[in-house]
Amino acid sequence: MQDVDAIVKEALAVFAGIDDADKLEQAKARYLGKSGALTELLKGLGMLPAAERPAFGSRINAAKERLEAALNEQRERIQAQKLDARLTEEALDVTLPGRGPGSGGLHPVTRTMERIETLFRSMGFEVADGPEIETDYYNFTALNQPENHPARSLHDTFYLADGKHLLRTHTSPIQIRYMESHRPPIKIIAPGRVYRVDSDATHSPMFHQIEGLWVDERITFADLKGVLVEFLRRFFERDDLKVRFRPSFFPFTEPSAEIDMSFGDGWLEMGGAGMVHPNVLKNIDIDSERYQGFAFGLGPDRLTMLRYGVNDLRLFFENDLRFLKQFN
Amino acid sequence: MKFSENWLRTFVNPSLSTRELAEALSMGGLDVEQIEPAAPPFDQVVVGEVVKVERHPDADRLTVCRVNVGGAPLTIVCGAPNVTAGSKVPTALPGARLPTATIKTAKVRGVESHGMLCSAKDLGLAEDAAGLLVLPADAAVGADVRQLLDLDDQLLTLKPTPNRGDCLSLVGVAREVAAVTGAALILPEIKTARTAITDRLSVTLDAPQACPRYCGRLVRGVNARATTPEWVARRLARSGIRTISVLVDITNYVMLELGQPLHAFDAAKLEGGIRVRFAKAGEKLALLNGEVPPITPDFLVIADERKAVALAGIMGGLETAVSDATRDVFLESAFFSPEAVAGKSRVLGFGSDSAYRFERGVDFAGTAAALERATQLVLEICGGNAGPITEARAVMPAREPVRLRLARVERLLGVRLDGTQVSDILRRLRFEFAAADGEFRVTPPSYRFDIAIEEDLIEELARMHGYDRIPAAMPAAAAEMLPAPETRRDAAALRRLLAARDYQEIVSYSFVDAAWESDFAGNSRPVALANPIASHMSVMRSSLAGGLIDCLARNLSRKQERVRLFEVGRCFMTEASGDYRQPVRVGAIACGDALHEQWGSPARRGDFFDVKCDVEALLAPRSAEFRPAEHPALHPGKSAQIVCEGKPAGWIGELHPRWQRKYDLPLAPVLFELEYEALSERGLPAYNEISKFPPVRRDVAVIVAEAISYQAIVEVLRRNRPAIVTDIGLFDVYRGAGVERGKKSLAFRVLLQDTRKTLTDAEVDSAVLQLVQVLQKEFNAKLR
Repeated sequence: MQDVDAIVKEALAVFAGIDDADKLEQAKARYLGKSGALTELLKGLGMLPAAERPAFGSRINAAKERLEAALNEQRERIQAQKLDARLTEEALDVTLPGRGPGSGGLHPVTRTMERIETLFRSMGFEVADGPEIETDYYNFTALNQPENHPARSLHDTFYLADGKHLLRTHTSPIQIRYMESHRPPIKIIAPGRVYRVDSDATHSPMFHQIEGLWVDERITFADLKGVLVEFLRRFFERDDLKVRFRPSFFPFTEPSAEIDMSFGDGWLEMGGAGMVHPNVLKNIDIDSERYQGFAFGLGPDRLTMLRYGVNDLRLFFENDLRFLKQFN
Repeated sequence: MKFSENWLRTFVNPSLSTRELAEALSMGGLDVEQIEPAAPPFDQVVVGEVVKVERHPDADRLTVCRVNVGGAPLTIVCGAPNVTAGSKVPTALPGARLPTATIKTAKVRGVESHGMLCSAKDLGLAEDAAGLLVLPADAAVGADVRQLLDLDDQLLTLKPTPNRGDCLSLVGVAREVAAVTGAALILPEIKTARTAITDRLSVTLDAPQACPRYCGRLVRGVNARATTPEWVARRLARSGIRTISVLVDITNYVMLELGQPLHAFDAAKLEGGIRVRFAKAGEKLALLNGEVPPITPDFLVIADERKAVALAGIMGGLETAVSDATRDVFLESAFFSPEAVAGKSRVLGFGSDSAYRFERGVDFAGTAAALERATQLVLEICGGNAGPITEARAVMPAREPVRLRLARVERLLGVRLDGTQVSDILRRLRFEFAAADGEFRVTPPSYRFDIAIEEDLIEELARMHGYDRIPAAMPAAAAEMLPAPETRRDAAALRRLLAARDYQEIVSYSFVDAAWESDFAGNSRPVALANPIASHMSVMRSSLAGGLIDCLARNLSRKQERVRLFEVGRCFMTEASGDYRQPVRVGAIACGDALHEQWGSPARRGDFFDVKCDVEALLAPRSAEFRPAEHPALHPGKSAQIVCEGKPAGWIGELHPRWQRKYDLPLAPVLFELEYEALSERGLPAYNEISKFPPVRRDVAVIVAEAISYQAIVEVLRRNRPAIVTDIGLFDVYRGAGVERGKKSLAFRVLLQDTRKTLTDAEVDSAVLQLVQVLQKEFNAKLR
C-alpha cells in the first residue's frame, strides 16, 4: 500500500500536468473516486489498530482536502486558459470603420444664421419671420421711402408680374410687421432670404440678411455700437476685432451707420444700422417721443465667407456637395 | 460723383494728404469709393517744339526730327504720322521713365535718337492714340508736361447718399470738406454779366409748385464753334464727362462746379416765350439722346408758344438743341422741385445728370448765380452779347426752423454734447440758429433738403462730432426670459434631424425655370417676375422639387454616386383670392444606395420605404397616413400623399420616369416635400400607466388579395381591436410558394396586455379570434 504522502505527491504532479477539464475529472477519480488510491487507503482503516485509526483517518482527510483544493485550482486555471483562448480567437480588427448610416450636414450659411440666432437669443432677442413676396408698403413706404424716393434706386427690386408686389429687398419689412402686432419693448432678430436684381462675383440675386430691432424707452446709438461690437467679437471669437461705425443714410434709420470691421488691415463692410427713424415709429403708431431704438441689418453670407475663408459668394448657391460637406 | 482733387482744392485746401482727405470725408458720411491717379507716374517729359522734320534715310515710315526743348536741340527719330514742324509735343528726354518704358539714347535704323516724342498712349493718358499728343501752341518750351497738363492730380469718386444732393458739385463737396476739416472755403467769384442788349424771352410758370423759379437769358452772337478751353475739357474729362460742344461743355462745367443743371437752347429755334407747364396728353418730344418717349401729363415740360422743347430738369429737346450753327443762345437755370422730377427716370428707362440732381434737391437760392456764372464763361469763351435775366418766381420752398433739444441729443446718442460743442458744429455746417435754455432753433440752408426734424439735426451732430467718439455701451434692460414653447419645434431642430439622417442641406434659388413648375408641380400659372434676371429664373417656385432635382443632377454629373439633399424654404403660390400663400416647406431627395458603400453591409439601392422612414421620423411622435395618390412629379404607382391628423402635410414618391429621362438622371430618386407647419407641431408627452402584468405576443398571418393595402387592414384592425390588444404591427410581407398568385401574406404581431391582471389563454385566444374574424369579414382574408 502506498504511503499517503506519496499518493498526494503523485496526484499533485498529475493534476498540474493536465490542461483539459475532462481529463482532470478522470484523474480526480483515480485518486478520490470510489476506487481511487486514497479511497482504497481509507478502506484499509478498519484493519489498523484502534489507537492509530483517528490519526490515520485525519491524515487521509487532510490529504483529500489538499487534493480537492489542488483540483479546484487546476480547474480554474484550465477555465482561465480556455477563456483566454476564446478571447484571442474572438478578437476583432477594431480599426475597421464603423457601420451604418452616415450623416449629412447644414448649409454653411444656415450654420452662421443659427450661431447668430444663438448669440442674440442669449441677450434676449426673439426670432421673427415674414413673407418674401412683399408689398411696396412694407418694403418701402412704411420704411420711410415713399414712392419716387431716390433711395429706392439703391435697391434694384424684383417686381412681380402682377404689378403690385415685389420680392423683399431687405429683411426690414419684418420690423414693420412685427411692430404692428407688438408694442415696445421690442427686441427681435429676423433672418431670411432677400432679393435684388444684381448678379456678379460679389452679388447674388438672392442672398441672406439678418435684421435686428430693439425698441424701448432708452436704447441709444451708443447701445447700438455696444451690441454690434459685442456680437461681432463673439461671432468671430476674437477680442482684437476692430469695428468702425461710419455715417451713412438709410431712410428708415437716423442717425444711420455703415458697420465696418477689420482683422488688422483694411476695412470690410458688414452691414448697415441706425436709430429707428421717428417716421417709421409714427407709421405704426408708436410714440417716438417716448420710444426709441436701433435697427441693423447684417449679411450672413458675408459673415460666413469671413468666418470660413470662402472667397466666392456664388459657392453658397451652387450647392456643390464637395463644397457643402466641408462644413459638416 | 467723380472729380479732380486739384479742382476741389481750388475751393478748399486742407493740409491733408489725398488719403487723409478721403478718410475724413468717409468718416463724415461722404463715402469715397475710389481714388485713382489722373495719370500714371512718369518723369522727364517736357514740352518740345518740333523745329524740323526730315525723312529717315533708311525707313519710309520714320522721320528724323529736330526738337527744341529749351537747351541744345535734340535729334529724335519718330514714327508718328502727325509729326509736323512747328507743333509742340510731349518729349521724353533720355533717361525718362515712362509707364511702359525707360527712354535711352539709341540708334534707330542707324540714326541716333535722343529721346522720344510721345502720344497720349505712351504717357498712359489714353488707351489708344493715332499719333502724337499735340500740346497747346502757347505751351512754354521745356516746361514739365506733368505740370502743364496738371497730371499730378487724383480723381476721387464719391458716392453721396441719396439725402445729400447738395454734395453733387465741387462747391458742395468743398462745403462739406470745410465743415469736416475746418479749412477755409473759397467760393468762386461770380460776377454779374454786363448786359449789352435788351432782348429777352418772356417766362410763364404754369406749374408754380413744380417749378417755382426759372431764370433765362438770351446771349446773341456767340461763336458756337469756339474750342472748349483745355482746363474746362480737362476738368470735365476728370469727372467722366465727354466734351461735346463748347456751349454744352460750359453748362456741364457749371453744373459740376455749382450743382445747378443748366440748359442751352438755340434761341433761333424757339418760337415765342417760355412756358413751364405739365405735358399735354399725347404730346411728342424728341430728346437729345434720340429717344421719343411717351410723355404723360405728369411730366413737366419747358415749352415755347408752339411746342414742348425740353423735359424739365431731365433732358433738352433735339429740335431746339444748340449746334455749331447756333448764333443766339437762350440759357436756362431753373429750380424744379424734387417731386416734379423724382421717379421719372425710372418711367423713362434712362436718367441724366440733371435729373439725378433735381430729384435729390438743387439749391433754389443759387439759380440766378449759376446763370451768371454760365454767362460769364460763354462771354469769355464764345463772345456774344448778353441780354438781361428774365426771372419768374412763385412760392419758394421754405426752410422752417427745427427745434433741437440737448437732452434729446443725449438721450438718442448716449453721449452728452454741450451747448458750445453743438454751436460749433452748427456753425461749421453754416446752419443758422438761436439757442436758449438747452434748446436750439436751427434753420438749415437752402441747399440742404434733408433737414426737417430734430433727428435730422442729431444725425448731423453725431457725424460731425464723430461716430468713433460715441462710446460703445451695453444697454441696461429688465432681465426677461424668452418663451420656450414645448409643443413647437423650430426649423433648426428639423434641419438637424435631417442632417443626422444623412441629408445635406442646400440653398437653391426661389426663382426657377417655368418648366420646373409645370413638370414638377403641374403649375401652368406660376407666380411670375416682371423683371427676371434670366429666363430660367423667371417664376417663383411653388415646390422645392425643382431645386432639389436640379441640384441632384448637377452633383451626379460631378461623379457623386449617392446624393441625399434637403432644403427648408418658402414656396409661393397664388390663391383664388389673388393673394399669395408663402408656406415654408421642408423637401428632400435621395438617390443611390440606402447606405453609403461600406464593408459588412451588402449594397442595397435605397427605395421609397427608406425615405418613408425618414418622413416618419420627421413627423414623430405624430404618425401620418400615406394615401396612394398621383402627383405630377412622381411615379403614379410609387407616390403618396401624406396626411397628418386629417390635414394634408405633403408628398412622397419616386420621380416619374418621364422626368428621370428628361432631366437625364441615371437613377430614379425618391423625394418628399412637407409643410413646415405640419412638422413644427408636436404634442406634450402625457404619461400612461405602465402595466405590471406580463405582455403576451401572438402572431397572425393572413392571406389577402394584392390590391388590399396594408394601411386598410391595419386601420380596420385598430378600429376593431379589443381593449386588451395594446399594439398591432406588421413584421412580414410574403409572396411566393404557398401563396397563390395575386395574393400576399401579411404577418402581424399582436401584443396583448391588461393593466389589472395577468391574461388567461382563453382571453388571449378570444381576442385574436375576434381580429381574425374581422379580417375574414372585411377582406375575405384567410389564415395562413
